[in-house]
Amino acid sequence: MSLVELHAIHKSFGELEVLKGIDLKIEEGQVIALIGKSGSGKSTLLRTINGLETINDGTIMVAGKKVGDRDTDVLTLRLNVGMVFQQFNLFPHYTALENVMLSPQVVKKQSKAEAKEVAEEMLAKVGLADKMMHYPDQLSGGQQQRVAIARALAMKPRVLLCDEVTSALDPELVNEVLAVVRQLAEEGMTLVMVTHEMRFAREVCDKLVFMDQGRIHESGAPEEVFANPKTSELASFVGGLA
Amino acid sequence: MAYKFDFGAIVPHWELLLDGVVLTTELTVIGAVVGVSLGTLGAWARASRAPVISQIVGIYVELIRNTPFLVQLFFIFFGLPALGVKLSEFQAAVLAMIVNLGAYSTEIIRAGILAIPKGQIEAAQSLAMNRVQIFRYVIIRPALKKIWPALSSQIVIVMLGSSVCSQIAAEELTFAANYIQAVNFRAFEVYFVATALYLAMSVLLRWVLKIFGNFLFERRSHV
Amino acid sequence: MSEFTLWDIVYNLLLAARWTVLLSLTAFVLGGIVGLLLLMVRTAGNPWVMRLVRGYVELFQGTPLLMQLFIVFFGLPLIGIDVSPWIAAMLGLTLFTSAFLTEIWRGCVESIGLGQWEASASLGMNFRQQMRYIILPQALRIAVPPTVGFSVQVVKGTAVASIIGFVELTKAGTMITNATYAPFTVYGCVAVMYFLICFPLSLYARHLEGKLRHVAR
Ligand SMILES: Nc1ncnc2c1ncn2[C@@H]1O[C@H](COP(=O)(O)OP(=O)(O)OP(=O)(O)O)[C@@H](O)[C@H]1O
Ligand SMILES: [Mg+2]
Repeated sequence: MSLVELHAIHKSFGELEVLKGIDLKIEEGQVIALIGKSGSGKSTLLRTINGLETINDGTIMVAGKKVGDRDTDVLTLRLNVGMVFQQFNLFPHYTALENVMLSPQVVKKQSKAEAKEVAEEMLAKVGLADKMMHYPDQLSGGQQQRVAIARALAMKPRVLLCDEVTSALDPELVNEVLAVVRQLAEEGMTLVMVTHEMRFAREVCDKLVFMDQGRIHESGAPEEVFANPKTSELASFVGGLA
Repeated sequence: MAYKFDFGAIVPHWELLLDGVVLTTELTVIGAVVGVSLGTLGAWARASRAPVISQIVGIYVELIRNTPFLVQLFFIFFGLPALGVKLSEFQAAVLAMIVNLGAYSTEIIRAGILAIPKGQIEAAQSLAMNRVQIFRYVIIRPALKKIWPALSSQIVIVMLGSSVCSQIAAEELTFAANYIQAVNFRAFEVYFVATALYLAMSVLLRWVLKIFGNFLFERRSHV
Repeated sequence: MSEFTLWDIVYNLLLAARWTVLLSLTAFVLGGIVGLLLLMVRTAGNPWVMRLVRGYVELFQGTPLLMQLFIVFFGLPLIGIDVSPWIAAMLGLTLFTSAFLTEIWRGCVESIGLGQWEASASLGMNFRQQMRYIILPQALRIAVPPTVGFSVQVVKGTAVASIIGFVELTKAGTMITNATYAPFTVYGCVAVMYFLICFPLSLYARHLEGKLRHVAR
């Protein structure tokens, strides 16, 4: 049984069909990179897995259970699936520590002490033990993104979705965030990430998924996919990057 | 022959004026606290997914914002008894202020909520928070912070507007002034002093609201 | 009470509503003119004049409209000018309106960036030319929606004039109530009539605002 199974997912925005029948299995411990041209539907797919977009057709199974469209189903889904956004989206009125503590406290009803212990552990893990009392606007972009990762991790999700987590960062800040993601991958965290960092994807991921015009065009081990693209779309995508 | 101003004629009545100031303050404090709470609920309803409730609140807001406060007051004080709702002068005045401020603050707070970036809400959703939790922990504080100046101005406007409550004999500041001028025939002097008192109260209220806002939105970590 | 039909009530209120409209229009137009004059002397830049206008605005925004009307109504006779409720209401509301409008418009003029002043200055324009060709046309565009929006406040403000004895919609409502003992119906009708005057103005202001935001994108 896969951790997350997507079957025949269709999603349209009005007339525009953005996902045209996506099948994808995410196994425990797998690190998957989603690549593809701008507008191919990568973000929409990730958001679908997190219940941020409703789907028009298809099924989502998490840990063997089908996600229905009731509110509670979606909340259960989100307990298993965490997400990190391109724009960090930290809560501006809370410190780094409070950002991380908030959801374990109010959603999982952890005691303050418990939530604090977990939050401190997570912030230390992303290298921000000394910035816990800082507010988001007192942190650099890279630091904010690492807080966002810690915030998602504190909920102990079984999968973490990362949508271009370094795209909004200045170049010199990219590596500190990638290092955290790499560490998570090495620790066995299940990850699905949309990324334009091809070298990073090749080094870290077990599986590469190439999307084009709302479909999964090719997928497989990074080495293989990069070395022999089977379709011209991927060939030109890879060629365009070089 | 020139008119001789005689502000001394007010001095014997200073206690009445003071009582008026106290009552105006009471009206304002109750009106502001309950009115803004009502506005918060209204804004939540406007932003909610339930279209019927949202529309009902929308109609309430438009009705109040497009009719004079004085007419709302008369309707509540003179009109409602026909429905069996009999209110004292003070109750009617307070209710009118609550209903009035509730409508304005619904609109103001709603604007603050709409200004919250979508990413904030999505981040909270991805952390498995439900709608109430998102509103309470993620939306309302930044939204209120953003519109606090506008809300403060509206509260001052409502305080000043309460002067017409004298018309239903609620014994606030203007009522006191009316009473005094009927006794000492020094209308101009009395109203001049009352106006000065209102001015001082609005300056003070604005200052208090600013301090209160700083306190509410101040950065202080509890950890 | 039986001799008053609903139609009688509505008809008499409608007659009185004409005065509400007239008072609103007069105060709005005269207040606009005074507000514009204040705006001009204020932007021209003498710091003392600026401070004076600011004090004027704060005075009117920091005191009840009812007190302003009382001061005019009871104050003018003291300097030998006898005023009717109509004149007092008109004068008071004009001053009230001018203070709010001049403040709204100041915000609009100030929202035109320094860059526009500098660019037009660099083209050799003087203050008047800058105002005439560059600043005012832009400021006017953004000023229209909040100005229309404020007209609603003026209409509602006229209700306060009933308290100094000017017979407009609200006062008529009180008088009819005293004759009919039907406050629920009468004040309900009064509210509806104010709504019918104000709501279209509110809608129009919102429409203009939406259009402006659309253009700004
Ligand atoms: N909320 C929305 N409403 C309407 N159209 C949308 C919406 N979100 C996305 N789209 C459209 O769906 C398509 C796919 O968008 P998506 O964001 O998934 O692409 P992407 O692969 O993530 O692209 P990028 O690399 O630029 O982030 C695009 O054409 C986009 O314009
Ligand atoms: Mg994207």
